[in-house]
Amino acid sequence: MKKVDYDSIINEYPFPPSVKEEIKAELEKNNVNKTNAKKIVERCYQAYLANLMEPGEAAGIVAAQSIGEPGTQMTMRTFHYAGVAEINVTLGLPRLIEILDVRKNPSTPMMTIRLLPEYAQDREKAREVANRIEATYVRDVADIEVDIRRLTIVVRPDTRALERKGLSAEDLKNKISKALKTEVGEADDGSFVIQITEPSYKALMNAFEKLKDTVIMGIKEIKRVIIRKEDDEYVLYTEGSNLKKMMKVKGVDFTRTTTNNIYEIYEVLGIEAARNAIIKEALDTLEEQGLEVDPRHIMLVADVMTADGELRQIGRHGVAGEKQSILARAAFEMTVNNLLEAAVKGEVDYLKGITENIIVGQPIKLGTGDVELVLKLGGRK
Amino acid sequence: MLVPKHEILSKEEAEELLKILGVRKEQLPKIKADDPIAKEIGAKPGDIVKITRKSLTAGESVFYRLVV
Repeated sequence: MKKVDYDSIINEYPFPPSVKEEIKAELEKNNVNKTNAKKIVERCYQAYLANLMEPGEAAGIVAAQSIGEPGTQMTMRTFHYAGVAEINVTLGLPRLIEILDVRKNPSTPMMTIRLLPEYAQDREKAREVANRIEATYVRDVADIEVDIRRLTIVVRPDTRALERKGLSAEDLKNKISKALKTEVGEADDGSFVIQITEPSYKALMNAFEKLKDTVIMGIKEIKRVIIRKEDDEYVLYTEGSNLKKMMKVKGVDFTRTTTNNIYEIYEVLGIEAARNAIIKEALDTLEEQGLEVDPRHIMLVADVMTADGELRQIGRHGVAGEKQSILARAAFEMTVNNLLEAAVKGEVDYLKGITENIIVGQPIKLGTGDVELVLKLGGRK
Repeated sequence: MLVPKHEILSKEEAEELLKILGVRKEQLPKIKADDPIAKEIGAKPGDIVKITRKSLTAGESVFYRLVV
């Protein structure tokens, strides 16, 4: 039997690509002939139409319930050691709230960094990149002592630690003098001596504190880096996140590097990337808890959050707080405040939404309530 | 990996799109003119950006945003 061109049959109907592929795979598996294939595809199209969302259907309510019900079963426990190495990540309900609230600083920022091919295969080279990004403080590579009598700070470099980080004592000295904006002297035993110009104990302690927190290498936000082998490449996981700086680090494959800080993605990669990140993070959080929510509901939420071109949280400072109806806002949170403010401004409620119509006891404009009948006068002959 | 394809629609394409959808420009979802990707493709306020997303459910889906 000669091969039937299924593509041309399927392409006559406006299916989405994934449905097309599924039908084609099924047809090929059963080796259907042309006339049957046509009938099957026709029936598929009818089923497809029957499953489309109807105009006026309460998609938002369905989404809210579909996320809300499994949400009640989520653990309230915040911390958990997830599968990814020893990095602590917020999971469960607190994380979901964090996503929907668009927190600018999530409680446990984390990055997954993939490397360029020449770095991804070799553990040593991966270590090299890890060194470049991990924040190294002065206290990590040297002992810091304060000499109160002479008003000096003495820094004794730890040569082994420096070597491991690929730094020289000279680098350390330059970084210190840059950070404190003072000259750094050198003692006979190789340690650095910093003389405090202002003769006060407070200035000495301030300089000491500053020195302790001085980053001499890496990205300040990246507190820890873990190297893991995944399939056939080394992947870096970090505690802390800075997507923008990571773009410029040598050896990092930026196109495959992500963070769990959605706001950072929005700032660096734009609104569409943020939408994808919301969907991914929310689905991952739900899935990790063993809850199955259809991605369509999450997609709707993400679409609403990103509709204005900027990230809006679901809550009184975002989507719910910007509703034009006074009654709908008052019904959500801060009833008295909302009513008072609306009265002061002289706002008018046009009773167009659902909430306000329920409040005043009118039929809502949803489903069959969305349709109105109009009688055309003089149409009868 | 996260960023889908963005394209600016020409004037004719934009008009035809609005006709098919039966909406005014302002009713489309927005994208900011200072959005990193909008800057990258050189979109100006008033343009319509066509976004071809990879969708979990449909395989591929098309979305439009108005640059503001």
